[in-house]
Amino acid sequence: MNFIKTIEEKGIEVLSLITAVAIWQIVADKVVHDTFLLPSFYDVMRAFFTIVKSGLIFTDILTSLLHFSIGIVAAFIIGIPLGISMGWFKKANQAIDPIIEILRPIPPLAWIPFAIVWFGLTHQAAGFVIFIGMIFPIIINTYTGFKSVPKVYVEAAKVLGCTRNIDLIRFIAIPSAMPSIVSGIRVAMGVGWMCLVAAEMFGVSDRGLGYQIWHYYYLHRMDVVLVYMLILGFMGLLIDRFFRYYVDAKLLRWTSGTVV
Amino acid sequence: MGRVNVKNVSRIFTKKEDNGSMEALHQVSFDVEDGEFICLLGPSGCGKTTLLRIIAGLETQTSGEITLNGVPITGPDPKRGMVFQQYSLFPWRTVIDNITFGLEMQGISKTEARKQVEKYIDLVGLEQFKSSYPYELSGGMQQRAAIARALANEPEVLLMDEPFGALDAQTRNILQDELLKIWEQKHVTFLFVTHSVDEAVVLSDKIVVMTARPGRIKEIVKVDLPRPRSRTSHEVNLLRDRVLKLLEEERFHR
Ligand SMILES: Nc1ncnc2c1ncn2[C@@H]1O[C@H](COP(=O)(O)OP(=O)(O)OP(=O)(O)O)[C@@H](O)[C@H]1O
Ligand SMILES: [Mg+2]
Repeated sequence: MNFIKTIEEKGIEVLSLITAVAIWQIVADKVVHDTFLLPSFYDVMRAFFTIVKSGLIFTDILTSLLHFSIGIVAAFIIGIPLGISMGWFKKANQAIDPIIEILRPIPPLAWIPFAIVWFGLTHQAAGFVIFIGMIFPIIINTYTGFKSVPKVYVEAAKVLGCTRNIDLIRFIAIPSAMPSIVSGIRVAMGVGWMCLVAAEMFGVSDRGLGYQIWHYYYLHRMDVVLVYMLILGFMGLLIDRFFRYYVDAKLLRWTSGTVV
Repeated sequence: MGRVNVKNVSRIFTKKEDNGSMEALHQVSFDVEDGEFICLLGPSGCGKTTLLRIIAGLETQTSGEITLNGVPITGPDPKRGMVFQQYSLFPWRTVIDNITFGLEMQGISKTEARKQVEKYIDLVGLEQFKSSYPYELSGGMQQRAAIARALANEPEVLLMDEPFGALDAQTRNILQDELLKIWEQKHVTFLFVTHSVDEAVVLSDKIVVMTARPGRIKEIVKVDLPRPRSRTSHEVNLLRDRVLKLLEEERFHR
């Protein structure tokens, strides 16, 4: 019964995708007739295989992933401890919060000139822009998670002999705040992915998926542009899925699958 | 050893909004002998939780002194275990890992701790659920696990704040019987807060009846009945009536 149900459901999804592709192909091929305005599905597939054969695509993917990793690692290393200390120590919050409130509304892309001035045309420059995009949701969700640790858990831990701040943070606050931290990371990943494309487009890099979109736009190769767009979409999806699968299975098992 | 002496304890809460103050406890004194089972009984808001939290070291008194075996209480300590009014199991830990928490804090390795707490899991009858997460447990099972978690630290005093308050009458009765069995097996002093007269009469050696706010000691009723006690015997009924009358007076005082 369940098995049939799955097939039925998946069937609808697959059918819907096929239909969308078919409509796209027909509209592009029979109605628009212009690969610059709207490359057809066939054009895009051909462009895709050309790029794969040239090997270019792998350097681009790796470059973009490198930028993304630099951003996410930096945002983790700086954002999580900041959020933790703000959430746990009132003084730290009072000291850090005003600075964050001023910096946060600045759109990450506004940092691009400084990224270039400070880091040059390096991977770090692109990573920096992504870092800016990711750090605020991480700080804020870590902070919120820490703020909303139920008092009774902290007190239960205290009467069980867990009294030092460092232990309370490690054994009580972090696990209790984990769902909030994780959802912050998820939001951050979305923002970071957007920043990645923009940063590479606006010249912080001379390689990567975002850069190539702009590059091929100048060459009027809209079929290749579309290939890169689709790759960006798929990669974003993959990262999110991987993350979701891992986190649900390992870290948030105790929330009974109701959250997320 | 778990001898608790409460001497002239008062607690005044100051309200931030209007600089007012509210006295929750007023000059409370009583003594608990080692190994005794004491119930604290009183109208809602009379400061039972506050008193228990002060004994646990989670709250401080405004004046007065509380000692455990003659030593003044200054902060939380695993010697004084506590079971809370709300559900307090750590939801991110399985039942067994909740119970080993105290031992882990003493630096005992997880595997060793798991071995050691086996008997407490048996004691509260949760063998089948030891790898479950708290959300998979009923309310009664959660409180059982919380009791096991407190016992695993081998406390001298066990403070219990209406641990069965949220449970149905049936489960409540069962858990009361189980609790008495545990008390008989382990040499632990019990301080048990409740606002159920039935519960107090069935469980305790002494019932400390408190007045309405600010909480003072109204009367300390000795319960000299052999255990196991029938819930409906004549003596139990008489005692229940007496305690109910005391509480009723408090209702009219307000
Ligand atoms: N942290 C606090 N700040 C201010 N007032 C408090 C605080 N904790 C308790 N109180 C007040 O102290 C009084 C006693 O509270 P407490 O929780 O000890 O009552 P209780 O006897 O446990 O009541 P119940 O039977 O309903 O649990 C109440 O009026 C309450 O509002
Ligand atoms: Mg209470």
